[in-house]
Amino acid sequence: MTLPLLHIQGVAKRFTLHHQNQLELSVFDQVDLSVSAGECVVLDGASGLGKSTLLKLIYANYRASEGRITVQSQNGPVDVTQVAPRELVSLRRDTIGYVSQFLRVIPRVPALDVVAEPLTEDAGGNPAGIEAAREEARRWLARLRIPERLWHLPPATFSGGEQQRINIARNMIKPKPLLLLDEPTASLDAANTDTVIALIREATARGAATVGIFHDADVGAAVATRRVNVGEFRSQP
Amino acid sequence: MNAALSHPPLLRVRGIGKRYGDRVALHDASFDLWPGEVLAVVGESGSGKSTLLNAIAARDKPDAGSVEFQVRGGGLQDIFSMTEAQRRLLARTDWGFVHQNPADGLRMDVSAGANVGERLMGLGERHYGRLRASAAEWLQRVEIDPQRIDDAPRTFSGGMRQRLQIARNLVTQPRLMFMDEPTSGLDVSVQARLLDLLRQLTRQMQLAAIVVTHDLAVARLLAHRMVVMQHGRVVESGLTDQVLDDPQHAYTQLLVSSVLTP
Repeated sequence: MTLPLLHIQGVAKRFTLHHQNQLELSVFDQVDLSVSAGECVVLDGASGLGKSTLLKLIYANYRASEGRITVQSQNGPVDVTQVAPRELVSLRRDTIGYVSQFLRVIPRVPALDVVAEPLTEDAGGNPAGIEAAREEARRWLARLRIPERLWHLPPATFSGGEQQRINIARNMIKPKPLLLLDEPTASLDAANTDTVIALIREATARGAATVGIFHDADVGAAVATRRVNVGEFRSQP
Repeated sequence: MNAALSHPPLLRVRGIGKRYGDRVALHDASFDLWPGEVLAVVGESGSGKSTLLNAIAARDKPDAGSVEFQVRGGGLQDIFSMTEAQRRLLARTDWGFVHQNPADGLRMDVSAGANVGERLMGLGERHYGRLRASAAEWLQRVEIDPQRIDDAPRTFSGGMRQRLQIARNLVTQPRLMFMDEPTSGLDVSVQARLLDLLRQLTRQMQLAAIVVTHDLAVARLLAHRMVVMQHGRVVESGLTDQVLDDPQHAYTQLLVSSVLTP
């Protein structure tokens, strides 16, 4: 039995709202979850139960109030709740992929470069590496049906569905061991949804561990190897 | 732990403080900065952001604490134990300082080319052709038409002046840049261009930077990490998205919730 890629133990998450009379909102009391290579765990639960919060805790842009979240990196296990900021940057660069619901647009950067960036960063200044990164980005853009006339434009003016596909391409172009997906098909048509299902299955087949949220039950059913209801992680409903 | 992570930091700041009379302008600030890292310092006016920047950049000596910099081939050295001449050399070569108002960092009445070439001349470069070629190259890199090389910055727009100030600093390939509100004097459309340029240049040159800003969107776009200051103290720090998406301190929550999103 290999070590799980992701191991969450006793995680609690509370938000303290200092400007709302110190109101304390408890989202999770006790999260225990392990995900192994080749598993695709789909999170279930009604809106507001904390599905996105759980992904953000793993990506560590939300900070856990208690517990440990251990991710297997190339250099061994790392607890994202304790790690130094720049080690977390390195972990996100090489190990944890996260497709958020919305693309954060960077002014003036064309779609092709937005998508290629995770690979061009690794290429350093090497021109052959940069060209290879761009070639791979062209393949992703074509596969996700972004019309070629848009490739050299910044995505700020693109439609919601186009931006979502740019975001998927940018965050999946570099294969990473752990993949977090927050409603990646929410604004996509049927053909593009099928493409994203195929991409997720390919990631699972190559051994990625995936945790995903899908508002569309058919998509969840098509990719899940296991389902988890986040309601289990709360003491009170 | 991979090799890049085990390197010593480029800059190590420990417990620095500064008083002006009875007023504590800065209290016990500490952090490390590594090559290629961009750190944003946010907080409102009077929170101690600029005092922190000026103390680290050796422009205004702190009363307490230490600032160490990894000098080329020499390990971490306390900048206030150096001679004045060593510190000046550092400021002219390995460091850059971008002022909020470009007029504070440029010679407004000499040509753009001379503004860019000045630091190279300070390092002993006297060959006119090479100086002019580097100036032209840097004007191009900051998206100023090299045809304007003989024009004085007084004839430039605000955005062009700010880009010229950046070129003037980067020509010596510094490893650390200090930036004090680099975009706040500019129109929004001009800001976006400058931010994208800064983002590209810091990445291409593996440049470390400390950016003082009151604009959280600037921090989000440029910085890997941020520190939040209030009343001269660092009240919160972390990765940029941690601080902005899940602010813990009351003051950070107030800052984040006060931003208007169009």
